[in-house]
Amino acid sequence: MIATQTEILAEAEAWKRAGKGVAIATVVETWGSAPRPVGSHLIIDDAGNFLGSVSGGCVEGDVVVEAMDVIESGTPKMLEFGVANEMAWRAGLACGGKIAVYVEPVR
Amino acid sequence: MDLQLLSTLNAERASRRACLVVTDLDAGASRLVLEADVPADPLAADLLQALRTNKSGVREIDGKRYFITVQMPPVRVIVIGAVHISQALAPMAKLADFDVTIVDPRTAFASPERFPDVHVIAEWPDAVLPRMGLDRYTAFVALTHDPKIDDMGLMLALRSECFYVGALGSRKSHEKRVARLIEAGLDAGATARIRAPVGLNIGAVTPAEIAVSILGEIVAALRAERVAAKGREGASLVGAQAAA
Repeated sequence: MIATQTEILAEAEAWKRAGKGVAIATVVETWGSAPRPVGSHLIIDDAGNFLGSVSGGCVEGDVVVEAMDVIESGTPKMLEFGVANEMAWRAGLACGGKIAVYVEPVR
Repeated sequence: MDLQLLSTLNAERASRRACLVVTDLDAGASRLVLEADVPADPLAADLLQALRTNKSGVREIDGKRYFITVQMPPVRVIVIGAVHISQALAPMAKLADFDVTIVDPRTAFASPERFPDVHVIAEWPDAVLPRMGLDRYTAFVALTHDPKIDDMGLMLALRSECFYVGALGSRKSHEKRVARLIEAGLDAGATARIRAPVGLNIGAVTPAEIAVSILGEIVAALRAERVAAKGREGASLVGAQAAA
């Protein structure tokens, strides 16, 4: 598994078809220096397995936790990460940038 | 995003057609717009602009916030020559998310045993390339060293929209190649597009190292705008020298 954009989206479909709960997290906005461009995906299943990335590994842990909530509730969520955010303590971006990540369930 | 949308999106990517996902961020609803349906879409102007610039992003339209994701087909690399360098280049290019096809009429070279998990076609370039369609998301590399095979592919690639055309060979053999291609009817402007000697100058020696240098050059051509911008910032980037 090498996790290219093509494979990430195909894998999300495969997980869903296999009966798993699946969420797709997408970088929707970036400010300043951000490790992954807008449109980058991270997919998450209901067991916490994930593929792809929305940052250089800095915030994925938090996104996975939030995504499991999204799978459970079925309601999309917008997450923001950055140095100017209270979440910086938990999962900040060392690069000094700021990103918005949209997490939605696959229904 | 529903499963049907995701499934159609994956099928469009596999068929090398661009499409867009439009997500209404307030309502949380997504829909897929195929490239062919863009002109008739209520958000046609914004979708066309996103497609043209290949930029995903948030747009405010009539007081609503939409996230538009542009899904371009994967970049394709067509390699003429099922040679030693290609055996290294194919898996590397695949890792870089490029869609690789190898074309070589010599069946002893173009065998599935030599290229496991790679799309290999044992036919002449003039039979294969027209039906594949050399679009602007395609990079073309000629590696056989055999003018009979390479020139045939180069003639087609240089008349296409391929964003990268590279050919293996020393400066001396490239001079001869350019003369042959001009003799065959190409103009000097077209032959000037050929990257030869192929690949970035990283002092590559082995087939695998040459594959790295070719792959680097393909990425620099694909990201030429960013290479130019970084060059203006004064950053040191190997690709900036290659593109200059």
